[in-house]
Amino acid sequence: MITLDPAVPEGPIEDKWDTHKFEMKLVAPHNRRRFEVIVVGTGLAGAAAAATLGELGYKVKAFTFHDSPRRAHSIAAQGGINAAKNYRGDGDSVYRLFYDTVKGGDFRAREANVYRLAQLSVDIIDQCVALGVPFAREYGGLLDTRSFGGAQVSRTFYARGQTGQQLLLGAYSALARQIEAGNVEIFARSEMLDVVVKDGRAAGIVVRNLHTGRISSHSAHAVLLCTGGYGNVFYLSTNAKASNATAIWRAHKKGAAFANPCFTQIHPTCIPASDEFQSKLTLMSESLRNDGRIWVPAEFDDLRPPNQIPEPERDYYLERRYPAFGNLVPRDVASRAAKLEVDKGRGVGPLKNGVYLDFKTGIERLGRHAIEERYGNLFEMYERITGEDPYAVPMRIYPAVHYTMGGLWVDYNLMSTIPGLFVGGEANFSDHGANRLGASALMQGLADGYFVLPYTVPNYLAGMLGQAVVPDDDPVFRIAEADVAEKTKRYLATGGTRSVDDLHREMGRIMWDNCGMARSKEGLEKAISEITALRADFDRDLRVLGSADTLNQSLEKAGRVDDFFDLAVLTCRDALHREESCGGHFRVEHQSEDGEALRDDDRFAYAAAWEYAGPGAEPILNKEPLTFDHVHLAQRSYK
Amino acid sequence: MTQRTLDLKLRIWRQAGPSATGAIVDYDVPGVSEDMSFLEMLDLLNERLIARGEEPVAFEHDCREGICGSCGLMINGQAHGPQLGTATCQLHMRKFKTGDVIAIEPWRAAAFPVVRDLVVNRSALDRIIEAGGYISVTAGAAPEANIIPVPKTVADAAFDAAACIGCGACVAACPNGAAQLFTAAKVAHLNLLPQGQAERYARTEAMVERMEEFFGSCTLHGECEAACPKRISLDNIIVMNGDYIRAKFRNRRLAARR
Repeated sequence: MITLDPAVPEGPIEDKWDTHKFEMKLVAPHNRRRFEVIVVGTGLAGAAAAATLGELGYKVKAFTFHDSPRRAHSIAAQGGINAAKNYRGDGDSVYRLFYDTVKGGDFRAREANVYRLAQLSVDIIDQCVALGVPFAREYGGLLDTRSFGGAQVSRTFYARGQTGQQLLLGAYSALARQIEAGNVEIFARSEMLDVVVKDGRAAGIVVRNLHTGRISSHSAHAVLLCTGGYGNVFYLSTNAKASNATAIWRAHKKGAAFANPCFTQIHPTCIPASDEFQSKLTLMSESLRNDGRIWVPAEFDDLRPPNQIPEPERDYYLERRYPAFGNLVPRDVASRAAKLEVDKGRGVGPLKNGVYLDFKTGIERLGRHAIEERYGNLFEMYERITGEDPYAVPMRIYPAVHYTMGGLWVDYNLMSTIPGLFVGGEANFSDHGANRLGASALMQGLADGYFVLPYTVPNYLAGMLGQAVVPDDDPVFRIAEADVAEKTKRYLATGGTRSVDDLHREMGRIMWDNCGMARSKEGLEKAISEITALRADFDRDLRVLGSADTLNQSLEKAGRVDDFFDLAVLTCRDALHREESCGGHFRVEHQSEDGEALRDDDRFAYAAAWEYAGPGAEPILNKEPLTFDHVHLAQRSYK
Repeated sequence: MTQRTLDLKLRIWRQAGPSATGAIVDYDVPGVSEDMSFLEMLDLLNERLIARGEEPVAFEHDCREGICGSCGLMINGQAHGPQLGTATCQLHMRKFKTGDVIAIEPWRAAAFPVVRDLVVNRSALDRIIEAGGYISVTAGAAPEANIIPVPKTVADAAFDAAACIGCGACVAACPNGAAQLFTAAKVAHLNLLPQGQAERYARTEAMVERMEEFFGSCTLHGECEAACPKRISLDNIIVMNGDYIRAKFRNRRLAARR
């Protein structure tokens, strides 16, 4: 059994971070060059952390499997970033953002971490504006905000529908400055394939160059994983095609506990799948729910085009069921409501797999120009994909896998259960509980990268002053390299008949059907046995052509899908053990009469941190109890 | 909705490695749904190739939403294909008809060596950003965000330039293999904002000169603007050139002062 010490500082919640910052150990400027830090991943969390640690004077190596740090999947975030600036004077505050996030997360996050996140949100906006992020502005030149799901204040800063892009380009530019200054060395096209641990501490990583196939080791005093989420375990998701769990999964196998894998977020507004060749799903930003109204025909099997269905024959089901929040209920609630309508047979579109998101009222109220200004690029994207014009015909949307709240367990310092291995951004489990509110992922990634890790990593390093890194030709590295090489060889040598994509797609379908928006004991048990059987097919019947010493995209994918198989089983197992419904985790056995989620705080107010017990062995469940001293446990209501 | 399917002939550049000799190879691809994206059509081809025991075609892609800038193919000689303002991943097969012959090649530019098949190495673009594509702010040192109002028109113009996804289509479309549009987009984004003024001239000079180490020279053909999936305006190049000249004059004054 590992011990889970959340290491939350003493004192009132408002003062914890300040007190902790004072109590943490420092490294004097002249000593910083003596410490080497590895950052894996260059999205918001990774790029910001690498840049900031470089600014401080540490010797940083940053790794990305992309050809450029700027391509990390943070780039695709659309809607915005929350911050408790209260520029609107509409009653926002750090405390309210904290409160909304804990409540929105359905009481499965650690209060102290969330409070810190809300505090830092304010600094993030300052930092990004100074870096030249072109946020939307009002005519007076001040920053504009909009509202988002799960909140009754307008605290979301945005840059048209491309907020993630602009924030990432900001972090990437800070990183580029440090690369030029020689403080950060960048390794593009380098995929991390193992974490190396020596004497109980993270000692470095093993990477494979994706262009040449060369496997190499890199040692450091501390390793930061900022490698994103695992939504692609479902195959179809809004994640980029290459997003994967390999870095965190291999760290898990080396001793890092994996927390709450079953907390996956299904985003309510995505373009429905059109055919079996669908390679990914495209998100339509949640911000659209500000001016769009969601409805389905009141009658079953109503085949009329949407514009011919008169008002009284439409059911604006979110406005009907949740009058207080209406179309702006949190994501999990909106997604389940859409599923309910489609399952009842009121779905729209050729495959009857969507609901309408209608801008008619918005256009009438604000004019086409205002709508174009707010959502122009999203409308264009929709039109390209579907061939339909959303200014004239309502959009068709349906929920899709989008974000994963689960991830590697970390303490208040964002350190995993392996000393010296830190985890930032979506890769950790820390701040969103069982459901993430819109516009909070960007906030968390940047808070971790700019303002948390640059304080907590030095605190760890300070204790190692004078210690050399483990040399990268140490036997621990040699063994890890050999493991990686052996794995690569094995994929190529299997010589079966099925492509990686084919196997991945089938696994994804099992996951979506049984571990998606509605989960049951029976379905989850079935999924575990089916995935285990399919895994055997993967081991026996995989076909990867080509060689290991050139760019080989099938080979890259094979390694990632291999890990997804293991993670899929753990996700189902976690979902099976959590006999309650909370946030993105909905167990059909635990719902109220009108279909709302029923939490069980007596039994499940904890983070489930799974410990790897070896291949094929039952993982060990560790629990971090969660206490709620500020946001009192209550059934969420958005009515 | 009735689904059309297309029967296509693809002519694809295949090249085993950076120093290998490449060649165009023909593939018949029947039964392509018009709802597929261009990249899904290539996925389909690759699945069929794997089934036949042939190595799949390597091509770059990731977000498939037109924002990461990974994808980029020369489609019938046009960077990102026939649809204006559209990255390859957002191009859908309904823009083609059955019987079409589609030539697919990698970006062709001296600064973008081919890695394999349709994948090229665009790291020279990162080198340009590293030369000065930033505002130097250390985390923690930023002033309150609303302390400097930015007129909406300025913020919008900066945003229009900042929308660049760094795909390299501008370079591929340019007869000179120049990267002026890419560089100018970044220069204009930062030079327009009040926050970017302190380093305005040093930035422009450093970025332009780094660019010239890798890329050809601009003769204002305008092919770049036509190929750009984000419709970055040629005007940005004028902004950059103006600032570059001013930077040179400033340097001369500074030199005289010494």
